[in-house]
Amino acid sequence: MPMNEKQQFSLTALFDTPDEIIHAAHETSSAGYTRYDVHTPYPVHGMDKAMGLRQSRLGIFVLVFGLLGAVSSVLFMSWVTLVDYPLVIGGKPFWSWPAFVPVAFEITVLLAAVLLVVTMIVLYFKFPNISHPLHDTPYMKRISSDKFGISIQADDPKFNEREVRAFLKKIGGKEIGPVYFDLEDLDHGQTMFDPKFLGVLALTAILVAGATYSVFNQILFLEPFSWMSTQAKQKAQRPSELFKDGIGMRPPVEGTVARGFLPYPFKGKPDEAGKNLVNPLFATKEVIERGKARYLTYCSPCHGNFARGDSRLRGQFPNPPTLHSDKVRNWPDGSIYHVITEGQNVMPSYASQISRDDRWATVLYLRVLQRAHNAKESDLK
Amino acid sequence: MSIPVSAEGWRKELPASVTRLGWILLIAGVAIAALGYIVDARRMAFDNIIGYLFLASVAAGSVFLVALEYIGGAVWSVPTRRVNEFLGALVLLLPLIALPIFFHLHDVYHWTHEEVVSADKLLAGKSPYLNVNFFVLRFVVIFAVWSLFHFLFTRNSTKQDTTKDQKLTTINIRLAAVFMPVFAISLTLTAVDWAMSLEPHWSSTIFGVYYFSGTVLAALSAATYIIIKLHEYGYLPKLQRDSFYSLGALMFAFINFWAYIAFSQFLLIWYADLPEETVWFMSRWRNGWEYVSILLIVVHFAIPYFALLTQDSKMDLKRLKLMAIWILFAHLLDLYWLVMPTYSESVSFSWTEFGFPILLVGLVMVVLSFKMKRNNLVPVGDPKLARGLSFRL
Repeated sequence: MPMNEKQQFSLTALFDTPDEIIHAAHETSSAGYTRYDVHTPYPVHGMDKAMGLRQSRLGIFVLVFGLLGAVSSVLFMSWVTLVDYPLVIGGKPFWSWPAFVPVAFEITVLLAAVLLVVTMIVLYFKFPNISHPLHDTPYMKRISSDKFGISIQADDPKFNEREVRAFLKKIGGKEIGPVYFDLEDLDHGQTMFDPKFLGVLALTAILVAGATYSVFNQILFLEPFSWMSTQAKQKAQRPSELFKDGIGMRPPVEGTVARGFLPYPFKGKPDEAGKNLVNPLFATKEVIERGKARYLTYCSPCHGNFARGDSRLRGQFPNPPTLHSDKVRNWPDGSIYHVITEGQNVMPSYASQISRDDRWATVLYLRVLQRAHNAKESDLK
Repeated sequence: MSIPVSAEGWRKELPASVTRLGWILLIAGVAIAALGYIVDARRMAFDNIIGYLFLASVAAGSVFLVALEYIGGAVWSVPTRRVNEFLGALVLLLPLIALPIFFHLHDVYHWTHEEVVSADKLLAGKSPYLNVNFFVLRFVVIFAVWSLFHFLFTRNSTKQDTTKDQKLTTINIRLAAVFMPVFAISLTLTAVDWAMSLEPHWSSTIFGVYYFSGTVLAALSAATYIIIKLHEYGYLPKLQRDSFYSLGALMFAFINFWAYIAFSQFLLIWYADLPEETVWFMSRWRNGWEYVSILLIVVHFAIPYFALLTQDSKMDLKRLKLMAIWILFAHLLDLYWLVMPTYSESVSFSWTEFGFPILLVGLVMVVLSFKMKRNNLVPVGDPKLARGLSFRL
C-alpha cells in the first residue's frame, strides 16, 4: 500500500461561486486556522480581507528593484556619455539627461518586474524545488477549470481530521478529501537541477530550435516581397552573364569625359596649378555665402571656424595648421584650390564632396577670413 | 433640523449654509473679475481664459468620467456617479464664463488682427482655421455637443431612479461609445483654440492630450473632494474604503499620465531642437518663468506622486482630500503656466488671478446644492448599485 509511506498534506474542499469561497475563507480565518490556503481560477476581489492577510511585503522589493534599475541605468548612461565614449549628438551637451529618462524608465520597470517574479519564485515557491503537494491532484485540476477551493493543512496547530472535515462540511464545502505527499518526492525527487531534467530541457531546446529553423527558414521558407529584392537587372559589384568576361561593372570607353567635367590637368603638379589656375568667380555676396557654408561644413572641423587651426581635433590628431600663416596668405588662389582638390599630407582630397565652383567660392571665403585676421589700417576706417 | 431623505433612505439636500457660502463666493468672484476688467482688461482676459479652461476641465471631464463608467462597465463608481453628473452640469455655464473673452479677443489672440495675419505668411496659411467666425462656431458646436451628451446621460440616469429600467443603462453605454471620439476631438479643439492659439506660430500635436490629462485629473479631484466631504457629513455612509482606494488609484494613474505626456512633449521638442518649436519652452525658461516651470513639476507631479504612492495613502481619507484640493490647485497652476507667458515675458502675479478661482468654487457649490435639491445623490435605480456598494478589492 503506497498510502502508508505518504504523509497527509491537507484536507481540501471545493466551492461553486466566488461568494461562497469568500464566506468560507472568512469562516476559516475566524475559526483560528492559520496554515491554510485558498485557490481560485481567477483573482477574487476581497479575498485578502476575508482571509485576514497582512499587506504583502512584495511592494518593498519592487521599490528596491525599481530604484536599483533607475540608479544603475542613469549611472551606466552617464559613464558611457561622459567617460567611455563622449560623443556630440545633435549639438547637445555630453550629459543630456532628458534623453536618459525614457531608458531609465524602461529599465526601472523591467528590473522591478523581472526581479519581482524571480523573488516570488525563490521566496514563495522555494526554487529550486519545483514540486508542491497540491500539484497534479484532482483538487487542483478542478480549481484550474471552474471550482474554488480551500485547503487546510495538516501542520496547522488546530488540525484534527475529523473536526476539520466537519468544519468544512458546515461552511458548505463539497468533495471534501485528503491530499497526501511523499517526503522523498518533495525534498529530493523533483529539484530543478536534476541532471535528467536539465538534460531533457537542453535536448528540448536544441530540438525545438533546430526544428523551428529548418521549418521556417528552409522547408517552408517564403520570401516576403521578392518583387523588390529580385529584379532582372545588373547590380553593382555583381558578375554578369551577358558579357564574355563576366564583369558586371563595365569600365567606360577609353578617353570618356563626364558631361560638364574636365579632368583636372594639374594632378601632382601644385606649382603649375598655382601659376596657371585663375579663380573664375568674383567675390559677390552670394559667392561668399556659398563659400562660407562649404567652409563651415568641410574645412572648419579641422582648421577651426576662423581658420586658426584651433578646432577640437587639436591635440588628438596631427595638428591641423592655421591658414593665417604667411605661406598660405601669399599663396595664389590656384595653390589653395589645388590643395582642396588633391589634398596634402594627411588632408584628403575634397574633390568628390565640394564641386569645382564651390571650391573656388571656398577659396574666396578663406581670403575673407585671412583679410579679417590681418586687417590693414585702411580697413578700419 | 430635519434633513430631506429620498425614498430609498439616502440623504438629499445640502445644508443652507453651503448654498449661502457658495453665493457669497460667487458674488465675490464676480466682483473681483469685474473690477479686474475695469482696471486691466487685457490681464483679466488672460485670467478669464484660465478660468474658462479650468471650468471646461471640471465640467467636460466630469461628463467624460460618467461616460467612462458606462463604457468600461465599472461597478465601484456607481454609488458616486451622481457627483460626476452634477459637476457635468457645469458645461451649461461655459458660455457665461467665455462671454467676456469674446469681447476681448483682440487683447489676447494675436491672430484676430487681420492686418497682422495678412502680413504674416504662416498666420495667413492658418487663417482658414484661425479666424474669429470659425472660432465662435467651434465654441458653439462644442458647447452644444457637450450639453447634449450631459443632458442625455443624466436624463437616462435620473429616469432610471423611478423606472428601474435596465435598458437605460444599455442606452447610456451606447451613448458613451459615441461620446468618446466626440469628446477626444472636442477637447483637443478646446485646448488648441483657447490655449495653443495664444501663440499661433507654435504648434504641438500632443497639446490636446496634455490638456486632457489635466482635465481628467481636475474632474476626478473635484469629484473625490466632494465625495469625501459628503461621506464625512454622513451623506454617503455606505461607501467603503475600497471605493476611495479606487478614486485614489485613478488619481495616481492620471498624475503619472500627466507627467508622461508633459515629459513626452518636452522630450520631443528638446530632442529635435527646432527653433520654431523650442521657442515655446524658451519663453517658459527665462525671466522668472523657469521657477514656475520647476514649481509645476514639483507641485503637479513629485509631491502628489509620493503622497499617493503607497496603498494605505489611497485609503487615508484625510490624505486623499488634501491631495484632491492640491491637484485642483496644480491644474490651476498648469493652466497659469500655459496661458500667462503670452501675457507677459517676465513672470508676474496679481490679485486679478484670484477672481475666477473664487468665482468657480462658488459656482460649483451653488450648482451642487441646486442639483442635490432636485436629484437623488445616489443612482438608486442603477442595476449595478448593490454591487458597487459591496465592491471590495
